[in-house]
Amino acid sequence: MILNQLPALQVTLPLIAAPLCLLLRSGRAAWLLCVTVSTIALGIALLLLDEALEKGLIVYDFGGWAAPWGIEYRVDVVNAFVLMIVSGISTSVLLFARISAASEIDDDRQSLFYTAWLLCLTGLLGMAITGDAFNLFVFLEISSLSSYVLIAMGPDRRALTASYQYLIMGTIGATFILIAVGLLYLVTGTLNMADLAGRIPDLADNRTLRAAFAFLTVGMGLKLALFPLHLWLPNAYTYAPSAVTAFLAATATKVAVYALARFMFSVFGTAFAFDSMPLQLILVVLGTAAVLSGSTIAIFQHNVKRMLAYSSVAQIGYLMLGLSLATAAGLTATLVHLFNHALMKGGLFLAVGCMAYRLGTTRLADLAGIGFRMPWTTAAFVIGGLSLIGLPLTAGFISKWVLVQAVLENGWWPLVVVIVVGALLAVIYIWRIVETAYFRTVSEGRDDFVEAPLALLLPTWLLIGANIYFGIHTDLSLNVARLAADFLTGG
Amino acid sequence: MRDNPVLRVVTKIAIPLILLFALYVQFHGDYGPGGGFQAGVIFAAAFILYALVFGTRAARTVVPPAVLRTVTALGLILFAGVGTVSQLLGSQFLDYDALADNPLHGQHIGIFLVELGVGITVAAVMITLFLAFAGRQDEP
Repeated sequence: MILNQLPALQVTLPLIAAPLCLLLRSGRAAWLLCVTVSTIALGIALLLLDEALEKGLIVYDFGGWAAPWGIEYRVDVVNAFVLMIVSGISTSVLLFARISAASEIDDDRQSLFYTAWLLCLTGLLGMAITGDAFNLFVFLEISSLSSYVLIAMGPDRRALTASYQYLIMGTIGATFILIAVGLLYLVTGTLNMADLAGRIPDLADNRTLRAAFAFLTVGMGLKLALFPLHLWLPNAYTYAPSAVTAFLAATATKVAVYALARFMFSVFGTAFAFDSMPLQLILVVLGTAAVLSGSTIAIFQHNVKRMLAYSSVAQIGYLMLGLSLATAAGLTATLVHLFNHALMKGGLFLAVGCMAYRLGTTRLADLAGIGFRMPWTTAAFVIGGLSLIGLPLTAGFISKWVLVQAVLENGWWPLVVVIVVGALLAVIYIWRIVETAYFRTVSEGRDDFVEAPLALLLPTWLLIGANIYFGIHTDLSLNVARLAADFLTGG
Repeated sequence: MRDNPVLRVVTKIAIPLILLFALYVQFHGDYGPGGGFQAGVIFAAAFILYALVFGTRAARTVVPPAVLRTVTALGLILFAGVGTVSQLLGSQFLDYDALADNPLHGQHIGIFLVELGVGITVAAVMITLFLAFAGRQDEP
């Protein structure tokens, strides 16, 4: 019986835990609840993925109302894969969060912090699992509102402006998505995604439908920080608490990418998205611009967190290039990079979080000589960086390899050049940190720090180790991504 | 404004009526216009009126922030709890039919409790929002 309830529990469990967490006075109890719920959510996601691989599709009707009247959750390989990424990252980052958040957030706000975290987790899981377009918007808002709160809790007062900036941009994005959902409802009379997919082909050249698609793409573009709509991202990632940066960087934009892919491939269909609308050109141009500009700007940053934030903009470019190919191979590249990028950015931001915990700053100049004082942390950062560049035996290599293969399959060799240049630019910005960490001496008056505590190092190495593991064993990442891509493209 | 006798007296007469009307909108929502959200806002309006006339400090002694926080959580727990109970009774989340032997009664109980949960949380959040914006940092 409990197995039938899994799709609902995936979302309702963190949702119910959030108010319970609010009632807890002690930050430590709140953390314990949060980490337990997140671990159970990961377990549920794995069970769902297993079941989806076996059965193909799991449907759950809410309140006993059958779709298309009621809200239904539809779990297939694609969103089970995303659910696994979100809950897995949340759990590993939460293990890190106890000490890190305690050092950055006031004691009386600890339980509020974990409440917001659980709500954010609820929203992200809900966005991934739902089969209803309006429900997706509601979950998007839950995750966005709680992430504004999480970012505003950053130790620096600039976190407030960063959060406000994100709030404005995020609200515009969410409004666009709401307009798109409204227009879709107007022309089709349904909000259920599967039902929409059945009705849209009959309306091929409907102008309202085109407007809906345009609004949706721009709205999602804002949420996933597609160049040039990424301006909220660097500040938000830089000033948020370390754990929040790692969590959001590894999950929030990824779920938006998933939602965009879901609408492109399952709801509107490839024919509409790529033949009736000039989406391919837009995605190729913006993806290329994101890869090149994001990586270039990252080179000139003085703050490591900000540098990684711009690197995220570039990585989103790769995801968009994969989508733009409109083939199963391209989609595989995007999905596998969703997974691998979550691992590398999660790991990198946690390593930076270790540095911030000991040094109280993430300015590049203050990291001089850190390689000898905090050898494990720096080594973790270097391995994460190598994965970001795409060196063989790391997860990043798998992503790049699959993407290059997919691009060549379409014969778009200039994009291969873009991908290689992007990787070379990544070498430069990662090298800047390696140089500062290993080839400079510790600056005056800053020589009192030691290696980060084990409670921070273990979660960091968990994610960094996963980068190496999934660089060699690709069963869970690549094979599932391939099945998911085949499912989405209707193969 | 607490020095103005007319305002004080009118407020004291109006507040119970506002609260009563909020409860009417809440519990009559099944049959007429209304429901949890509207009722919660009206209920909160009574407290906001009190805070406007007697000051936020007085309002905070009536509803301390810790109480508001608890009540906010309780409303959501009530809502989600109804869903969980229907799950435990072997049905889908928020399937009210499972709550009683007769589906009609079940739907009735379900929507009643869910709307009550909405009302409680909305009222508490409205008051919290007002006090957060109106109150100054130095006030306890």
